[in-house]
Amino acid sequence: MSTTTLPAPLPKVETPFRRFVSEFCESPLAVGGLVVFAIIALVAIFAPWIAPQNPYDLAVLDIMDGRMEPGSVGGGGYTHWLGTDDQGRDMLSGIMYGLRISLLVGVGSAFIACLVGASLGLLAAYAGGRTDSVIMRVVDLQLSFPTILAALMILAFLGKGIFNVVIALVIVEWAYYARTVRGSALVERRREYIEAAICLALPTRRILFNHLLPNCLPPLIVVGTMQIARAIALEATLSFLGLGVPITEPSLGLLIANGYEYMLSGKYWISFYPGIALLITIVAINLMGDQMRDVLNPRLKK
Amino acid sequence: MNTLEVKGLSTHFFTRAGVVRAVEDVSFTVGRGKVMGLVGESGSGKTVTGFSVIGLVDAPGRIVSGEILFKGRNLVGMGEEELRDLRGNRIAMIFQDPMMTLNPVLRVDTQMIETVQAHQKVDRETARQRARDTLGMVGIPSPDERLKSYPHQFSGGMRQRVAIAIALLHQPDLIIADEPTTALDVTIQGQILAEVQKLAANTGTSLIWITHDLSVVAGLADDIAVMYAGRIVEQGSVDQVLDVPFHPYTHGLIGSVPSRNKRGVALRQIPGTTPSLMSLPPGCAFKTRCERADGACETMPALAELAPGRFARCVHPHLETLPA
Amino acid sequence: MLIYLLRRIMQSGFVLVAMSLLVFLGVYAVGDPIEILISPDADQIEKERAIQALGLDLPLWQQYLVFVGKALQGDLGRSFVFNEPAIQLILQRMPATLELAFGSMFLSILIGLPLGLYAGLRPNGAISKGIMAGSILGFSLPTFWVGLMLIMVFAVQLGWLPSTGRGDTAMLFGISWSFLTGDGLSHILLPAINLALFKISLVIRLTRAGVRETMLMDYVKFARAKGLSPFRVTFVHVFKNILIPVVTVVGLELGGTIAFSVVTESVFAWPGMGKLIIDSINVLDRPVIVAYLMMIVLMFIVINLLVDIVYTVLDPRVRLEAKA
Repeated sequence: MSTTTLPAPLPKVETPFRRFVSEFCESPLAVGGLVVFAIIALVAIFAPWIAPQNPYDLAVLDIMDGRMEPGSVGGGGYTHWLGTDDQGRDMLSGIMYGLRISLLVGVGSAFIACLVGASLGLLAAYAGGRTDSVIMRVVDLQLSFPTILAALMILAFLGKGIFNVVIALVIVEWAYYARTVRGSALVERRREYIEAAICLALPTRRILFNHLLPNCLPPLIVVGTMQIARAIALEATLSFLGLGVPITEPSLGLLIANGYEYMLSGKYWISFYPGIALLITIVAINLMGDQMRDVLNPRLKK
Repeated sequence: MNTLEVKGLSTHFFTRAGVVRAVEDVSFTVGRGKVMGLVGESGSGKTVTGFSVIGLVDAPGRIVSGEILFKGRNLVGMGEEELRDLRGNRIAMIFQDPMMTLNPVLRVDTQMIETVQAHQKVDRETARQRARDTLGMVGIPSPDERLKSYPHQFSGGMRQRVAIAIALLHQPDLIIADEPTTALDVTIQGQILAEVQKLAANTGTSLIWITHDLSVVAGLADDIAVMYAGRIVEQGSVDQVLDVPFHPYTHGLIGSVPSRNKRGVALRQIPGTTPSLMSLPPGCAFKTRCERADGACETMPALAELAPGRFARCVHPHLETLPA
Repeated sequence: MLIYLLRRIMQSGFVLVAMSLLVFLGVYAVGDPIEILISPDADQIEKERAIQALGLDLPLWQQYLVFVGKALQGDLGRSFVFNEPAIQLILQRMPATLELAFGSMFLSILIGLPLGLYAGLRPNGAISKGIMAGSILGFSLPTFWVGLMLIMVFAVQLGWLPSTGRGDTAMLFGISWSFLTGDGLSHILLPAINLALFKISLVIRLTRAGVRETMLMDYVKFARAKGLSPFRVTFVHVFKNILIPVVTVVGLELGGTIAFSVVTESVFAWPGMGKLIIDSINVLDRPVIVAYLMMIVLMFIVINLLVDIVYTVLDPRVRLEAKA
């Protein structure tokens, strides 16, 4: 038989997820990114237990400890490895707590934007016709406008606050998800299994969420990962400009902004270290996202 | 002297997944003004052979052994500058898909004039006139206007004529034509075949015509080499090979061509597909699809001269059809 | 071509109307227009007079027409802070922003194109990998923080370049520009690099991807088969093809650059539109916000239109489709 000349048989049990994991692990950079991001997330979650100081507790702050260089020992009797800010706040603790806000806003807004965007994208692809063109017109309009400007304008009208920042981020980001989901849903919709599901007269909701959505997940995961990084960076930028989170809940961006005025007198650490934390977080997420995009992109498969 | 003598050419691709032996121990000769048909299925190594001759095998591919003697000079191991001087000048190539061969953002005159000026120190106007004359020669009406057009303003057949004109600019000694008519309509195909045949006869240009279409080769070529899985399996003059094929593969190929005389008779087909070049089994590569295969086919047969000027690489050749 | 242009202009008009509607709704329907458009320092009588003057007692659709009518006459309200027409304030600051944006686009092409070309031609080299790693960093680094670091290193530690302001300016066409004086150039360098960072990465990636994709095209191989020099293949055949997407994207980025100059201008105290809008938001000078928004939408539409035209001129294929 001619079949004997076929290349070696495929490995026996290979679920898509297992293959994804093994291909993801091919890139040491991506695995590094995952490990670093996991550490950062753990630090953020457990900040109240592992931080040397509660930076929100005004009772433990001493103005006498203000603007101390990294490595000096303050009034609390412990070493400020990353120095202190103008209030005498330990920078390391500030960064740990700041990470909480940054991650909360970044992940939270990306998640909500994903829900909103994916639903609208699915609807557009499934309903087609006028619904589709209306939704996609709005998406085009949204995408043609720089995110930073749109977010600035929304915050200019809404005012500061964590909740408002999340709203602004969701509004500027949902369109990416909608476009992604619609694109892959349109491809999937023409596949036979969807036609079969329609022929079986399955309820629309079931076709949408049980059949169409799972097949749109790979690109959605990639976009979602990248958007978390973008959201974190955007929140930091907005907070730096004084339009993001309030001073009582400082994210990394606000910490950097606080150090801005001391920079010119050479006290670099107040801005420098929160920036490094921000940078590591974003790079770690982007490294993961890059590899996921390569693994999940069928066009790159041989 | 023969225009081209290829001796024991092997070109391999060193991919991450393994070594692909695309061309293995290929030898053939093309005389001056002769047309040599290189026939095979896709993946049989015929295109790679063509690229090897013109020195355009890209990484991870590499000519690992053999000689390519072009008018007595060995092209294997020749310096890139020397090779470049031959390319498009003494050896030209025509590609399969005319829609993809011309640069979409450059005008036709640019693409022709640059070819002239790459090999001869002439001014733009002289080069332009040469381009115009050559376009006229390949049957493009009002060449002066057409020179100013972009490729997308031409039809597929016209584009292939332009590509042929570019190949003819320096009246080369050898043209390698890689399935130049496959992507075209049958009527256009006929026109272009006739055109090329005429031009080759007039200028003494030798041709390597790469194709999978035996009927094209039948009317055009002097000699023929049939390739399978990177090796030549049968070789000889075109009339002899097509009339009396020795190799079961050639036999099958000819049997699968529809013909007017065989109406009502079921077409024969070759079962299975070309094997992967990466994991070729030992012995004859065709044995898995061959009705004559047996244990003797487990060792690779040599390309043997079974009749004067007639070579085949087979343990069980169809010698019974040989006229007594 | 003309029909195509007209259609594009009509589309742009549609977007402009849609955006004006959005801004209008943002001000009049979501927010409280009295609070937004009338200075909080105004007393009751002034307020009533302003309500009359702005037509805030009219139904919403009539208010919109009034808003549009005034906007068409260039009246988008008066700044509470400067007590000047908002549009005039913005126009005064515009040259500084444009200068910064064009400076950074110039830098991004100057730096990004050669690096991307190199990385595309030698995709596996160590330098190429370094370039690509750098471009990931360029995408990941938050602009404002890089700006701070640039100030820290080049202005504070090394003292080579000034950190804030525009420096000396010279007049041209009745507008003062920094890039015409040495002092001004030294002032613009840091902010322009800061603003260019993202685009350098973008240009590198686009160029690299374009080069790698184009190098695989048949027409590049054909160009090599014509015996052209590697220089001509790279810089004419490959380069002209990748120039189209790169020019398009960089052109489209002009809008984004102007938008992102908000951040850079704040970091470097560059007196442009971006700094104005941040200051206005912080003191709730809302007429300026509204005027800025409308101006930026208009700029975006014009930029998109211009990029489309440039694209059409550069790519002959698009030209033909537009005709059809």
